[in-house]
Amino acid sequence: MNFNLSEEQEMLKTMARDFLADKCPKTLVREMEEDEKGYPAELWREIVDLGWIGLVLPEEYGGSGMSFLDLCVLLEEIGRACLPGPFFSTVVLSGLPILNAGSDVQKLEYLPKIARGEAICTLALTEASARYDAPSITVRATADGDSYIINGTKLFVPDAHIADYLLCIARTNEKAEAENGITVFIVDARSPGISHTVLKTLAGDKLCEVVFDQVRVPKKNILGQLDRGWGIVQRIVEQAAVAKCCAMVGAMQQVLEMTVNYAKERKQYDHPIGSYQVIQHYCANMATDVDGSRFSTYEAAWRLSQGLPSTKEVAIAKAWTGEAFERVITLAHQIHGAIGCTIDHDLQFYTRRGKAAALSFGDGDFYREIVAQEMGLS
Amino acid sequence: MDFEFSQEQQKFRQEVRDFLEEELRRGTFKPSCDAWIQGYSPEFTKKVAQKGWIGLTWPKEYGGQGRSHIDRLILTEEMLRYGAPAACHWFADRQIGGGILRYGTEEQKREILPKIIAGEAYVGLGMSEPEAGSDLASLRTKATEDGDYYIIDGQKMWTSCGMFMNYIYLVARTDPEAPKHRGISEFIFETNLPGITITPTRDITGSTAWAEVFFDGVRIPKKCLIGEKNRGFYQVVNQLDYERAGLERLMGNYPLFDAIVQFVKETKPNGKPLAKETLIRQKLAQLQVEFDIGRLLIYRVVMVMEEGRAPNVEAAIAKAYSTAFEQHLAKIAMEILGLYGQLIAESKWAPILGMAPHSYLASTGYSLQAGTSEILRNVVASRGLGLPSE
Repeated sequence: MNFNLSEEQEMLKTMARDFLADKCPKTLVREMEEDEKGYPAELWREIVDLGWIGLVLPEEYGGSGMSFLDLCVLLEEIGRACLPGPFFSTVVLSGLPILNAGSDVQKLEYLPKIARGEAICTLALTEASARYDAPSITVRATADGDSYIINGTKLFVPDAHIADYLLCIARTNEKAEAENGITVFIVDARSPGISHTVLKTLAGDKLCEVVFDQVRVPKKNILGQLDRGWGIVQRIVEQAAVAKCCAMVGAMQQVLEMTVNYAKERKQYDHPIGSYQVIQHYCANMATDVDGSRFSTYEAAWRLSQGLPSTKEVAIAKAWTGEAFERVITLAHQIHGAIGCTIDHDLQFYTRRGKAAALSFGDGDFYREIVAQEMGLS
Repeated sequence: MDFEFSQEQQKFRQEVRDFLEEELRRGTFKPSCDAWIQGYSPEFTKKVAQKGWIGLTWPKEYGGQGRSHIDRLILTEEMLRYGAPAACHWFADRQIGGGILRYGTEEQKREILPKIIAGEAYVGLGMSEPEAGSDLASLRTKATEDGDYYIIDGQKMWTSCGMFMNYIYLVARTDPEAPKHRGISEFIFETNLPGITITPTRDITGSTAWAEVFFDGVRIPKKCLIGEKNRGFYQVVNQLDYERAGLERLMGNYPLFDAIVQFVKETKPNGKPLAKETLIRQKLAQLQVEFDIGRLLIYRVVMVMEEGRAPNVEAAIAKAYSTAFEQHLAKIAMEILGLYGQLIAESKWAPILGMAPHSYLASTGYSLQAGTSEILRNVVASRGLGLPSE
């Protein structure tokens, strides 16, 4: 039993933190929220050169062959820095699924491009119901010769506006039970019939509506097997949920540090406000929430990385961390006072992004239901 | 990074479970809540002693097993899971033995530790007083030097193991002239002495787990002093980390948790199990989530101990968190039981052995004893986060 990172992981963490502190200041984050693409090409290039995109891809595909746990260490620092751009979409939502479920031909086709930063990818999963269950998949893929024709609308698709490929989750069998008629398709984003609208979001991230209108996809682009895609989706959701938790842990840690520093400096009634007991107790509560989130997130990350059954641990981590984040940010705002309620102050980046992360890939209610099932309450 | 126990550790856990299952079968005990502080069974303590499971982490030269803090974590986790009556040896095992090892004389180590290990020494905790709770340093019980003795005068309250102890661990004032933190000393001595009067304290649940202890001119040999005279306050703060660090802060009511989950599976008002109701599923799942977070926070404390560091901040975080969980557990259990929640043990119609109202009442004290949640947050803020004092 050992909760510590390895030496190499500590090095990765430090290096990532220093790099992002230098190259991804909040001025850049601010700029990218207004930018149409939403990320700076030069920074993306540097991240590719650092090997971050291909971190968990095998060396034979141009990656570094590191573990999911190593990626989580990086994701935490990325969350801390509010790195703009399609890292999460490309690596977690697309690269990992292709690695886990792709055929050798597919892996050879897509993974090297991803590792080189030449293919931005994302996942088109959620629809109008805004839920993560199988019956919510209604986008239809109908067989037509060597292809499938996809019709329907996906919502909340991150970075679809710049994606080269979309993993589209579609229903291929209406007659089977909901979980047995779903297929994952790798769709070229330049295919005729695909259109997108960038939604205006709380976090300033690029979530899109994507409309598929008679979009033709070759059969060879099926990831895994026909009708057997739900298992792949469940695995994606687990990894994505943990990845979001890592980002939230990084965000919460930064928020705690900002808040403690502010409490030490800000004076009212001739004393630093950090000397007042209520403020001290708020900070202690925040520290407890950060630690609980950190350990539960890394337990889930470690288990996923080891290939151990992780459904319960992922559910616990995500149910906890999203709500812990809310408590932490609420106290941070309370301690910062009015200055924290301005757009010029940096706290708001975390307020907005943390909430988006808490909502994504299952919220507390969703995961508590999974925990209930794991407890045998069915 | 590794979130699993080793093969040997898993084997040890199974060994403890097998022992507890066997004792259950024999009827040595019934699982109950807070059994670690209210369950006094010299018979059970003797059996645990025979397994070599008291003083597990203490050096072999004093009769201990020299095993890891993680092994003790596993042992205590199972004791708590089964609601086993370990109170006779719990306090000595958890903190007093460690205090004697750190600061005691060779004679104290050789005389007292083996008795604790044998399940024969039950040590009460003489710390709090009517005017000294959180502010322990303001204690008034005096230890006045008189030749080869100290004379003890004063009063302790909330003395854990007070009604069963044959030894008492005592903090008393040895220098009334010194600044308050620097005039306190630690002692340990047998309680079969003239001048000691023990009266039970009936707590809010009606049990007498604690006692008031009155000292009227009690003569104790000077060899009863632990460590350095007048340095007792600085010695005891380390002990307090161990007092507040353990799984008992999270799992004291584990039998209730087990029972309420079972209850919702089996209870079917109008034919449908409570376990299928969304609100109940959400509430119990939330408790499970909170429990697992608490478990990780306490495991982290043990890991700090294994690294040889004092888990000062980590224990404060873990205890403040865990006692809030216990209070939440009692609250949810009462919500689920509704009107039935008011039926106490042995009442006709009382569900789950009346554990819910008992835990509801007992939980009022958890965020107070062994470090109030307010004091603990002060520790986290000042020592953990470096926030300034006023």
